[in-house]
Amino acid sequence: MTIACPIPVAATERVQLGHGSGGKMSAALLRDCFLPHFTNDILAQLGDAAVVEIGAQSVAISTDTFVVQPLEFPGGNIGSLAVHGTVNDLAMMGATPRWLSAGFVLEEGLPFDVLDRIVRAMAEAARAAGVLLVTGDTKVVERGKADGVFINTTGIGVRTVDFAPAPTRARAGDAVIVSGPIGCHGIAIMTAREGLAFEAEVVSDSAALTPLVERLRDRVGDAVHTLRDPTRGGLASALNEIAAAAGIGVALAEEMLPIPGPVAAACEMLGFDPLYVANEGVLVAFVAEAQADAAVEALRGHPLGRSAVRIGRAVTAHPGMVILQTAIGGNRVVDMLPGDQLPRIC
Amino acid sequence: MKYLSEYRDPALARTLVAEIKATARRRWVLMEVCGGQTHTIVKQGLDELLGDVVEMVHGPGCPVCVTPLEQIDKALALAARPDVIFTSFGDMLRVPGSECDLLQVRARGGNVRIVYSPLDALELARKTPDKQVVFFAVGFETTAPANAMAVWRAHELGVKNFSVLVSHVTVPPAMTALLESPDNRVQGFLAAGHVCTIMGWTEYEPIAAKYRVPIVVTGFEPLDILEGMLLAVRQLEEGRHEVENQYVRSVRRDGNQPAQDLVSQVFELVDRNWRGIGPIPRSGLGVRAEFAAFDAEKRFALDDIHTAEPSECRAGDVLRGVLKPLDCPAFGTMCTPEHPLGAPMVSSEGACAAYHNYGRYRSAV
Repeated sequence: MTIACPIPVAATERVQLGHGSGGKMSAALLRDCFLPHFTNDILAQLGDAAVVEIGAQSVAISTDTFVVQPLEFPGGNIGSLAVHGTVNDLAMMGATPRWLSAGFVLEEGLPFDVLDRIVRAMAEAARAAGVLLVTGDTKVVERGKADGVFINTTGIGVRTVDFAPAPTRARAGDAVIVSGPIGCHGIAIMTAREGLAFEAEVVSDSAALTPLVERLRDRVGDAVHTLRDPTRGGLASALNEIAAAAGIGVALAEEMLPIPGPVAAACEMLGFDPLYVANEGVLVAFVAEAQADAAVEALRGHPLGRSAVRIGRAVTAHPGMVILQTAIGGNRVVDMLPGDQLPRIC
Repeated sequence: MKYLSEYRDPALARTLVAEIKATARRRWVLMEVCGGQTHTIVKQGLDELLGDVVEMVHGPGCPVCVTPLEQIDKALALAARPDVIFTSFGDMLRVPGSECDLLQVRARGGNVRIVYSPLDALELARKTPDKQVVFFAVGFETTAPANAMAVWRAHELGVKNFSVLVSHVTVPPAMTALLESPDNRVQGFLAAGHVCTIMGWTEYEPIAAKYRVPIVVTGFEPLDILEGMLLAVRQLEEGRHEVENQYVRSVRRDGNQPAQDLVSQVFELVDRNWRGIGPIPRSGLGVRAEFAAFDAEKRFALDDIHTAEPSECRAGDVLRGVLKPLDCPAFGTMCTPEHPLGAPMVSSEGACAAYHNYGRYRSAV
């Protein structure tokens, strides 16, 4: 019997929204379209930020573009998000964020009061995170050619040699710790976008994670092997990426996952899994077991990390895979999604 | 979460697991009919907990999985038209047709939108009178009343630019088809709780009697499913074959009469193809002649789209429980969740997709 697949392998001849989801389609876009042309030793690391050496100084560079809708949402707006997103990418490499650039693409017709609120929030977020916005650019495009405002930020941070967390450094035996409740940002955006109303408003967790990273660095130091902020694609995608990069398995305990009631309720209603919902003010840390309790304590000493909790551990079994032990005692694979999470029929 | 966490209690779940194990004196083969139940079983790892006493065969009740290729191709043709806004529940968007899926049609410029209710699609039609709004009406008896309501409302309001592409299917004919199959292994059913919320369970009574199989109307939370399994195993051990209702908080024997009336006002029984299974007589719902103006197949003359199911796919054997997904020659090679050959690999609820994950896990440890 010959078996022919009716679906051509290269069927996706155009860019789809799923290519921006942070899932398997995003990874394929990088692998097939960008990396073959751009690759070099630094880019090939594929960390949240690139780390380069300038003389004796280790410098982290990261860039991120923000296209969120709605522009303003409970807990922040595109301006504060544009600062937090880039600052956090630097912090996840153990760097102290110092300087920021900002590029704005403005759509003709954007109300000035909206832009003003965005800029103010951005300035306030930068001040709070201790970064200086030192250069920028502005373009205006015709109505309909952009969605209100798009913002790109690039950040530069400095790193000390003795604190260098990286996805490849996670090792079997490490404790897996999250710094706070998951799913808040994505659900806040989704409910604002769809005009859905739930009993309790879900507020985005958007925040600079630098204070948490500083506490980890000062209290636990190099026992912190890996840091990641699970943004788009959620905790599941971040853990899968780390498992693949480090060649370890990740074993999660469902009952330990900090999922706030309103997030769980919204996910039930919408047919989403909170493990795949975006966060903007949460980090996941892989820490040597001997220092794990100290790391949790260090995080809990800051308001952003007061709900910090262990959710699992890195294991030698099932390398490259994330397995969740359910509250009932079964196991399931927590895979990366192909593209965007889609609401289910029933 | 109120009314949910109560049905996910780990201690109670362990008690039920122990009771099922104590009750079963041999290994029984049960089928959960609904994809929502498969989802819970896979998500909670229930099949793994009970594997030595109950073999779960994942049934055909996943609307995404069983929607025939031909209907998907019709949806793709409609969505590609410049005058159409094509609306659908989210998880139909990635289901591959012959050449592409709805997400790819959208990338090529088609206007494809996710809605949470067919009434939202009707509202969209009223707001955009210069476009034809088509809703992809798929699903079992559960989604049929809301879809019937949208058609009925459109008729009442005289909305001229709204129509539905219907691919509704009904559960009892599929169960009968499975039981009639000479190589059937299924010994008991967990019937789909939400289908029965609408339809009640009277239509299952003759099936239980004729084929001498226990049928337990079952809910969707872990404790529901474990209790449904326990009731089915008890019947099997005692040699009974009755219709029992586990999902008492939602289902009555006669179901929801107003919803049934609305469905039969708008829809009628028709023959329907099931992806991976083939044609089953009088197993689907189609738009009645009185509402033909809202039938997208008539409005847009889609009669010339005919697609044959790929013959390599052995989904029918998988759904009958006679072929394990891992034993299918196409499994994991020609057929993966990213590029599914057939029904059960399409959705995360499908049996093959579930095994694709579990098989990888089990071979890894």
